[in-house]
Amino acid sequence: MKMDEQNKVGLREKKREDVCPSKKGKLDLESVRAQIEQAAAEKTGPEYWRSLEELAGSADFQEALHREFPKGASEWVDSVSRRGFLKVMGASLGLAGMTGCVRLPLEPIVPYVRQPEEVIPGRPMFYATAVTLGGYASPVLVESHLGRPTKIEGNDRHPASLGGTDIFAQASILTMYDPDRSQSVMSMGDQRSWQSFLTVIRGPLNAQKALQGVGIRILTPSISSPTLADQLRNLRKIYPQAKWHVYEPVNRDNRLEGAKLPFGQPVETRYNLEAADVIVSLDADFLYAGFPGNVRYIRDFAKRRDPGGNMNRLYVIESTPSSTGAKADHRLPLRAVDIEWFARALAGALGLDAGVPDLTGEVAKHADFLAAVARDLQAHGGASVVLAGDHQPPVVHALAHAINAKLGNVGKTLFYGDPVDANPVNQTESMKDLVADMRGGKVDLLVILGGNPAYDAPADLDFADLLKSNKVSLRVHLGLYQNETADLSHWHINQTHELEAWGDARAYDGTVSIIQPLIAPLYNGKSAHEFVALLSGQADATGYDLVRGYWQKQQSGGDFEAFWRKSLHDGWIEGTAFTSKPVGTKANNLPLPTQLNENALELNIRRDPTIYDGQFSNNGWLQELPKPMTKLTWDNAVLLGPKMATRLEIKTEDVVELELNGRKVTGPVWIQAGHPDNSVTVFVGYGRRRAGRVGTAQGFDAYSLRTTAAPWFATGLQMRKTGETYKLASTQGYQTMDTPNGDTRALVRETTLEEYRKEPSFAKEEEPAPGLTLYKPYPYKEEDYAWGMTIDLNSCVGCNNCMLACQSENNIAVVGKEQTVIGRHMHWLRVDAYYQGDRDNPKAFFQPVPCMQCENAPCEVVCPVGATNHSSEGLNDMVYNRCVGTRYCSNNCPYKVRRFNFFLFQDWETPQYKMMRNPDVSVRSRGVMEKCTYCVQRINERRIDAEREERKINDSKHEDELQTACQQSCPAGAIIFGNINDANSKVSKLKAEARNYSLLSELNTRPRTTYLAEVSNPNPELKS
Amino acid sequence: MSQIFHRSTNTLSRATIFGAVFVVAALLWVAMEVQRSSYVTYAGVRRPQPVPFSHQHHVTGLGIDCRYCHTSVEISSVAGIPPTKTCMNCHSQIWTNAQLLEPVRASYRSGESLHWTRVNQLPDFVYFNHSIHINKGVGCNTCHGPVDQMPLMYQQASLEMEWCVECHRAPENNLRPRSQVFNMRYQQPTSANPVVVEGKSYTDQATLGKDLVEKYKVRSVLDITSCNTCHR
Repeated sequence: MKMDEQNKVGLREKKREDVCPSKKGKLDLESVRAQIEQAAAEKTGPEYWRSLEELAGSADFQEALHREFPKGASEWVDSVSRRGFLKVMGASLGLAGMTGCVRLPLEPIVPYVRQPEEVIPGRPMFYATAVTLGGYASPVLVESHLGRPTKIEGNDRHPASLGGTDIFAQASILTMYDPDRSQSVMSMGDQRSWQSFLTVIRGPLNAQKALQGVGIRILTPSISSPTLADQLRNLRKIYPQAKWHVYEPVNRDNRLEGAKLPFGQPVETRYNLEAADVIVSLDADFLYAGFPGNVRYIRDFAKRRDPGGNMNRLYVIESTPSSTGAKADHRLPLRAVDIEWFARALAGALGLDAGVPDLTGEVAKHADFLAAVARDLQAHGGASVVLAGDHQPPVVHALAHAINAKLGNVGKTLFYGDPVDANPVNQTESMKDLVADMRGGKVDLLVILGGNPAYDAPADLDFADLLKSNKVSLRVHLGLYQNETADLSHWHINQTHELEAWGDARAYDGTVSIIQPLIAPLYNGKSAHEFVALLSGQADATGYDLVRGYWQKQQSGGDFEAFWRKSLHDGWIEGTAFTSKPVGTKANNLPLPTQLNENALELNIRRDPTIYDGQFSNNGWLQELPKPMTKLTWDNAVLLGPKMATRLEIKTEDVVELELNGRKVTGPVWIQAGHPDNSVTVFVGYGRRRAGRVGTAQGFDAYSLRTTAAPWFATGLQMRKTGETYKLASTQGYQTMDTPNGDTRALVRETTLEEYRKEPSFAKEEEPAPGLTLYKPYPYKEEDYAWGMTIDLNSCVGCNNCMLACQSENNIAVVGKEQTVIGRHMHWLRVDAYYQGDRDNPKAFFQPVPCMQCENAPCEVVCPVGATNHSSEGLNDMVYNRCVGTRYCSNNCPYKVRRFNFFLFQDWETPQYKMMRNPDVSVRSRGVMEKCTYCVQRINERRIDAEREERKINDSKHEDELQTACQQSCPAGAIIFGNINDANSKVSKLKAEARNYSLLSELNTRPRTTYLAEVSNPNPELKS
Repeated sequence: MSQIFHRSTNTLSRATIFGAVFVVAALLWVAMEVQRSSYVTYAGVRRPQPVPFSHQHHVTGLGIDCRYCHTSVEISSVAGIPPTKTCMNCHSQIWTNAQLLEPVRASYRSGESLHWTRVNQLPDFVYFNHSIHINKGVGCNTCHGPVDQMPLMYQQASLEMEWCVECHRAPENNLRPRSQVFNMRYQQPTSANPVVVEGKSYTDQATLGKDLVEKYKVRSVLDITSCNTCHR
């Protein structure tokens, strides 16, 4: 982190204290901690809490509870003088009444010259394609308005999606339109043409041809594209000595090596979680974006969380709090190093020889837990599964394989098959080899096809310095951004985004999707296919010809045109999924356990939950998306547990210096409930030096601690306070709903399966009588439609995908860190995280909160200008053009779901963003209130279609035609929206369930959004 | 101490206070009239177009149906502005050398779109859907006026909210049989000129409108005056 940046923030803080005297009574964390201790001792805190401050019942928290927006949100924080302010106010008063009196400017209409046959202006088209992450394809359908892609949906017929997406797929549309993307070929800081690059590259290529390509090195990220892999392999025909290296910072080396240990071959594991009664995760965050297949796994997992059915049980042993851990029936926080010991002990308990006869260290403290897990697994042989996390060492993976084999799970709850990666090498080794060759002067031409190794390569390889040292005479970088690596390359070629170019990729199960462009390249880039074709002498080959040509070769006989059209239409190629592969187990050759120091401080390095390895740094949606557990935005932090924080007297936002083997980095602390002791977690992906206007210089660069020897965790960390503080933007305590202790029921309601069976309607409470209002009740029951929603807290895994789907569908603005700090973020839908119990290992719950669409909406009656009104179908409409920004409505909203445009947050100028927006939703301007509309644009479109065809929406032939954006892309199927006047609709059936309850129902708001209470399935042996 | 102001000042001040009410009212009236005038709404204003296309000639003179050019009017929110190709369907055969049509031919040759000036323009926060109006029996000329008599296109109505809502509050006043939607010379029923719908003859709009509201399942007034009908 840059110190001057910190100081700036510090100064700003100070200024705000001056303008807002109430800020001076700032949270005194010392006393808060004392209060926490006291509260813990006296058990006076709330049962369910959202932040440690709330648990302590601090005065500041109480105030936040009673406020419409967090403190400071309504203050004028910019340095505008009183005089300037009065001038502006005077002018706006004068103009206030005149805003309606404007002449519309003359607008042109630009029709097609020849209209494509299928295009109907005003109706979107959907194309099946895929976006990739780490080589794994997410099959998607992209909504296109007159040739402009505007929204990503999951491909509902694809087995890897079933309609769901993850946050990275949702946000890819913003990356495509990013105005900071590289827009031209660059050489040494000058804009050049593709032609000039062709001229320059011809000489070296010819020279290499004579040398059999001995000096050529190609560095790619993980690639699953069959076409690109074929191209790269064919390249060897021209340059037999050229080498293909693969490196990605978030690689799956451990998984690969873990499979090689018992099987001798790099097979990949795929799970069938629907068949699993007992799931044990050894640090595997399999219910969160980035884990290959997570979208499908979430669906399968959620299917087994219905308390009316056969519920599964999830044990999570994890080294940092994750959303998967929050869904666990039993969670055990352990240091990452201890997890190997736990795995060995578990294997031992199941009768395998795992090299540890006795329980030692941290694991010994949890012997009961271990024994219970082992017994539960044993009782569910063939219907259980043990998953190991990507950052756990190969031995943990090997142990998981052994346990699964021992329990007879192979072929039932998990399958082995070929890896999706087309070149499944050990990427760390591959990078090491490349660096050795570069140092040895063996590399004449280094081609970096995407990726950003100058930023994210292991720190001990000094890759960036090596690039700078000119050991390699010609370095070419192909990339979406002119990033750190582009800076150090002789030539940078601007790459096309996956939504702009032809390609192909495999989903987690091996199914190939053809990637088809949704728009012509915005900046005339080149795809990786086209670039590799150039190296093989086909400079003019188009991506379309290359991909199509490859598949034509694969199709011997048959009607290729029909095959091609079907594959494009469906979004995948039939019969390309990998089949289950029988694997022979070699002799038990587990490496011996290493000695452990119980109290050694551990550094745990993880990919960032929202910006991944840093490749999404410049994506404002992902930057502003609160991370699932910390709810931090725009920054990474040093996460540590409350116990350790107390011991070391460290507070949240204290800046600490981390030192590991002489490498240092400084960053602010975030105290995270449930974090294991003697361990700190840092997320990589921040501290970018050259990302773009959004991502540059946000947070600190944790890659500088990451080495080839310890890519994911290491003990021996030293941490010391620097005495400085740094402001973090966490939305954790914001928009907290008021539930005075004891007065009302908790907002998240949960019980155990056992209790649920005794009392299924445990969450219900008596609601006030319908007529209990001064206003005349409206006969909603007589309408054709009455819209309602249920959110199943049991299915929700807190993946945040709904928030991004909503942001994309409803043109929601990004506000930036400073505005988020003061609580002005604009998300219409938020996912609250609640904790319960012990601070060091609390249970956690997620609760997505959109607008409740109250039948007796408190916001409506206070609007002085009638800008928010009720529709006949029960929607709480928001009319932006009437809103004058009094904010009375949000002041009166008990759910705190209304968002106010304090500034002109929308970018009205940048042409790319104009193209990206959903044309069916108004773009809001400064000074208006906005909130969730239940995607009223979708309701209206579907209604018009239905009325034209003289039928009802969602009738038997058009099931699920109307879905809200959050519902459509929810991988868990937790959000169900529909017509509650139709007793047969899904939503009506769910609302009739015993678990159904509404938030703050005692206020007689009669919310249309209700929740299905959470039911956990704990092991009766482990009653805590 | 003597009076500073003369006695008549009292009357004067009374008159001024009294008169101010009228002045303010007059100012408000002027503001509203300006707002409703064609200066603001563009109603009746003929706008510059790259080609002086005459709806009168094409509709009345040649009898071309609205939907020949505005193809998506029955299925989409927008009626659709014809691509150059539609013009050239005929004009590659007739008037092939007309100077007036040179921009059309140029567009077809170069692939550059024609830039028409939008005539019926709604603000961006209003979402109008053609297809549902057509489907419920609102004729083209109900909103667009006598397009068949417009040598140069202009906007007939003010397209202001009060104008929209006038019909949404009483749709029966404007509905006609679906078969007559594209008939530019359709007349509302009178005893002299009855309208026959499925064998039943109507002699006044009130009865016809009421029946059509039921027949076409037009949603209730409360439904179609909900804010989200047009604003989202």
